Amino acid sequence: MAEISFDEQVDITDKVCPLTFVKAKVSLEELDEGQILAIRMNDGEPVQNVPRSIKEEGHQILKLEDNEDGTYTLYVKKVGD
Amino acid sequence: MAGTIDYAALKKGGFMRQKQKGYFSLRLQVVGGNLTAENIKTVSEVAEKYGHGYVHMTSRQGIEIPFIRFEDIEEVRAELAKGGVNPGVCGPRVRTVTACQGSDVCPSGCIDTYGLAKDLNEHYFGRELPHKFKFGVTGCQNNCLKAEENDLGIKGGMEVTCDHDACIHCNVCVKACREGALSVQDGQIAIDRDKCNFCGRCVKSCPVDAWHGESGYIVSFGGLFGNHIYKGETLLPIIKDKETLFRVADAAIGFFEDFANPGERFRLTLQRVGEEEFRKRIQEAYNG
Repeated sequence: MAEISFDEQVDITDKVCPLTFVKAKVSLEELDEGQILAIRMNDGEPVQNVPRSIKEEGHQILKLEDNEDGTYTLYVKKVGD
Repeated sequence: MAGTIDYAALKKGGFMRQKQKGYFSLRLQVVGGNLTAENIKTVSEVAEKYGHGYVHMTSRQGIEIPFIRFEDIEEVRAELAKGGVNPGVCGPRVRTVTACQGSDVCPSGCIDTYGLAKDLNEHYFGRELPHKFKFGVTGCQNNCLKAEENDLGIKGGMEVTCDHDACIHCNVCVKACREGALSVQDGQIAIDRDKCNFCGRCVKSCPVDAWHGESGYIVSFGGLFGNHIYKGETLLPIIKDKETLFRVADAAIGFFEDFANPGERFRLTLQRVGEEEFRKRIQEAYNG
């Protein structure tokens, strides 16, 4: 599968819920509309919950990739300012 | 105090005898756990004026005002009624219906729990039965309201379907599902229906709304959380409409009414009589 190109990346594997989402959200705020953020997160609770929280914020989720090291990368396109 | 006190009648009206002679703790009817600001003000005033200036929150979302004196009971009733506050019930009858906040407020909710709690309460509250009977409504599999500890528990769920043409293969749902029911097979999302527990997390997490969920009620029967503890059992498929739900609830209560000995909880009746007859009755009600 083709790699998704992104503008910024953030690693939230050092945080636990709810700071995982907070850190991702702060990173998204720094982007311009239409830019893409790659968010690296842990398996388990973060990958179960963070994508949904980001959807509920109104951003566009493009893809969730399994890094096969116990982490996942979520690609998100920023919607709105 | 003149004459004898009819404690049973008071109990029916929500007044519970305290260990302190002549005092009652008044249980209020808090349907679905909601009170208006006006209701709370009234409760506060009554607790201040007639009680000891405090209330007790019960385990079933109720409020009790302790230390109401016997001679004040009528006045207390009237003052509460003015503020739209009704007494609850104790004793062998259908208790106030409890609920979590549900889909009106909670992002996880699959059903309108408060609306349903009000409907159930209107329909069944206070109905005389061989023993107490509790309804509880929870909006989703998170089960904040602990559906299965009720005689009849209702849990919101969603029967889900995937529109594969709309799916962008992002795989978010595969990880959002906690039951391991979703996988990718030949490049397409596949669902294992045996594992699906109707939680609706695929629907809620899907970024392009490719998953559709049809809301429904997962009903459990015979929960008990007192001297003995039993988890209510789900004996029917997910119910999609309120009409069927009420038919099933009618059948369950009817069975309890017909077969229970006085002072026997629903679960114990089911055990004594045998579940077969019960299953037959609710299945008939489910079929319509």
